[in-house]
Amino acid sequence: MPHTIDDLWEMIYGNQQAMIYAGGTDVLARYRSLTSRNLTCIEDIHELKEIYQQDNLIFIGSCVTHTRLLESKIIQKHLPVLIHALKVLGSPQIRNMGTIGGNICTASPAGDTLPPLYVLGAILEIRSIDSKRFTALKNFIHGPGKNSLQKDEVLYGIWINTKQDFNIHHYEKVGQRKMLAIAIASLAALLKLSESGIIEDARLAWGSVGPKTIASEKINKALIGKTLTEASLKLIVPLIREAVSPIDDIRASAHYRKMVSENLIFRLLKYGGHNND
Amino acid sequence: MIISFTLNNKVISIDVEPDKRVIDVLREDLQLTGTKEGCGSGECGACTIHVNGESRLSCLMLAAQLEGKDITTIEGISIENKMHSIQEAFIQYGAVQCGFCTPGMVMAALDLIRRNKRPSRKEIREGLSGNLCRCTGYQKIIDALEVATGATDGGGPRTMKKGEE
Repeated sequence: MPHTIDDLWEMIYGNQQAMIYAGGTDVLARYRSLTSRNLTCIEDIHELKEIYQQDNLIFIGSCVTHTRLLESKIIQKHLPVLIHALKVLGSPQIRNMGTIGGNICTASPAGDTLPPLYVLGAILEIRSIDSKRFTALKNFIHGPGKNSLQKDEVLYGIWINTKQDFNIHHYEKVGQRKMLAIAIASLAALLKLSESGIIEDARLAWGSVGPKTIASEKINKALIGKTLTEASLKLIVPLIREAVSPIDDIRASAHYRKMVSENLIFRLLKYGGHNND
Repeated sequence: MIISFTLNNKVISIDVEPDKRVIDVLREDLQLTGTKEGCGSGECGACTIHVNGESRLSCLMLAAQLEGKDITTIEGISIENKMHSIQEAFIQYGAVQCGFCTPGMVMAALDLIRRNKRPSRKEIREGLSGNLCRCTGYQKIIDALEVATGATDGGGPRTMKKGEE
């Protein structure tokens, strides 16, 4: 078990097949079907477990657990949309083990932290023994289980700009039950709402209704300048229908997922827009 | 591989394959069969143990991850052979049916109480949301914890009103 990032480079250098895991809640859930036991756990690497603020930027190490994020004053203060999602992620035990970096690298369409991180514009810091690069989360995930990490790279941490002036942080997940459920559909939304109820800025992202998180500039733009009313939200329903591409699976049908994706936006009405309807 | 860690307040070293699951190390190598395996994939909570004081699933951990850690299993929570008050409450309020989920339930409950000394009924349900009871005996488990944590004043569990949760 590496305790420093240098230990890790030593362990994986030249070991091209090594599979890296953090909390193990995804990789080890498939323990019996793993083709190789060439595993390296990075959850004890100290520098990957840090959360700190540097001017307008928040750094979250890739091995920070969901529980630590929930407890963090920095995250509570600046990133409520992420807190809302973490509260309904897995179970207490899963949150004690699972990490934000793991949730990203697993790249599940249903990853609970992904829609919030999308709308927050998360930037990922990726390192190898001799390089460091930055990439936006939306460019990092290619599809279910597919990310852009090269063999010798690890996700080092996540950077989020706190200078975002959204006054509404919304997250809702629909699953088969309240807890320990994989999302059927979810919506993360950041809105900047004026006192008179006009949407001045909007960022929306859906989970579990496409091969990766669904976010559309077209939808965001269509909301800007509108009052938050049922009538104006109805106007973007066709855009949502067009943007999502859900599948049928054991948890829900594609048809149902599509319907839920559309209906989830009407929850935004609770933030006050309906007064103007 | 020699792995050293603290197990139920005793420092031990064992020679074990580093990629063996912790649940198997506990049950097979250390003969601590109180920790149960249900699903083996992190969904049922039967294998819950404490790692550095926090509840974790021993089916989703490998032996190498034990190095230097402080591990507590259900066998380690009694004090001088006296059962923990949570265990007493489980017995008193009939919170044990087949008993298979009980060790995991108790370990999850202890983590909850460490963070929140007086959880509400709703918080108890959330705290145990990672543990399945195949007998579906949830109400009595929650009743037992409600009494053990003093959420009711000794008059037995609170009666639920219809539609309350």
